[in-house]
Amino acid sequence: MIYFVDGLLWVIALGLGLIAASRSRTLLRDSAREGVVDCVRLLPRIMLGVIGSGYIAALLPQEVVGRWLGADSGFTGLCIAILGGAFTPGGPVIGFSIGAAALKGGAGAPQVIAYTVAWALFAVQRMLIWELPVMPQRLVWLRLMASLPLPFLVVVAAMLLGRP
Amino acid sequence: MSSEGPIQRRPRKTFDWSSATLAVAVVVAAAVVFWRDGQARFLEILISDLLLFVDILPKVLAACLIAAFVAVLMPREVVLRWVGAESGLMGILIATLAGSICPGGPITIFPIAAAFVAIGADTGAAIAFITSWTLLGYARILVWELPFFGGEFVIWRTIISLPLPIVAGLLARFIVGLSSRGKGGG
Repeated sequence: MIYFVDGLLWVIALGLGLIAASRSRTLLRDSAREGVVDCVRLLPRIMLGVIGSGYIAALLPQEVVGRWLGADSGFTGLCIAILGGAFTPGGPVIGFSIGAAALKGGAGAPQVIAYTVAWALFAVQRMLIWELPVMPQRLVWLRLMASLPLPFLVVVAAMLLGRP
Repeated sequence: MSSEGPIQRRPRKTFDWSSATLAVAVVVAAAVVFWRDGQARFLEILISDLLLFVDILPKVLAACLIAAFVAVLMPREVVLRWVGAESGLMGILIATLAGSICPGGPITIFPIAAAFVAIGADTGAAIAFITSWTLLGYARILVWELPFFGGEFVIWRTIISLPLPIVAGLLARFIVGLSSRGKGGG
């Protein structure tokens, strides 16, 4: 599956490159150069983010996080879940394994859903490494503001629909 | 309007405050791991993350190339018509659909969203696109969420999340409208 995604990315990149080449050689050369320069400029950050996140994740006490998401933790628990989701470092493995462990350990489904949604929307580390460097700042802040109510909407919907 | 005019793209600095914040956190965390868990654990994390970095490199390059090509190739009239400021709810729906089927990780999604905004896409549509990718992206659901949580939870979460990109997109447009009215009046 992961190789498929990788392959698809390169198929799209090469396809677009061919279209650019059919318009003009200069267009292909200029845009390819711009893409490569962007990539090189991003490298130090990516290195920092990828190589560093392992150390930050290693410090995270997973069982404590799971306890905070307990089924009877109420509104405070929800807020902790949302904050915890935003500040969970590391890649998808960390975020999903914490959520899954919490669910198995008796955490409330609304709390876990709030946690995974908040992590998907606000991951601070992803914002620092990817979003701020490659997007206009205004767009980043606007996205954060527009996303603030979403975890709460999710919880309300989860409670209305009931446990799966 | 020409589709190949000059594009205003934000110059990217190699290092700034966001990287500096992260650098400090990483150095502190690495020092604590070294001191608490010893050198073997320190090296183990370093090696596994280096391998991950090597694995990510080709994806970063592909995504940067896609973003650069999209910026010069995508006819601006098409972007404006489908996801521009006048595209209404349909623009947000199209962006939501695009976000859910767009392959790759944050490496791909943010440069592409920025490229579309640079050639005239509406910010609300761009935000619906990103939100849809984070919450409904099929690759993330299939590769990560399903094995960890199991089918029932994932289907439940996906159904609940379906309307959220649209809400975020509309809310973003509302905020933009408020702030521009504020500037116009004051």
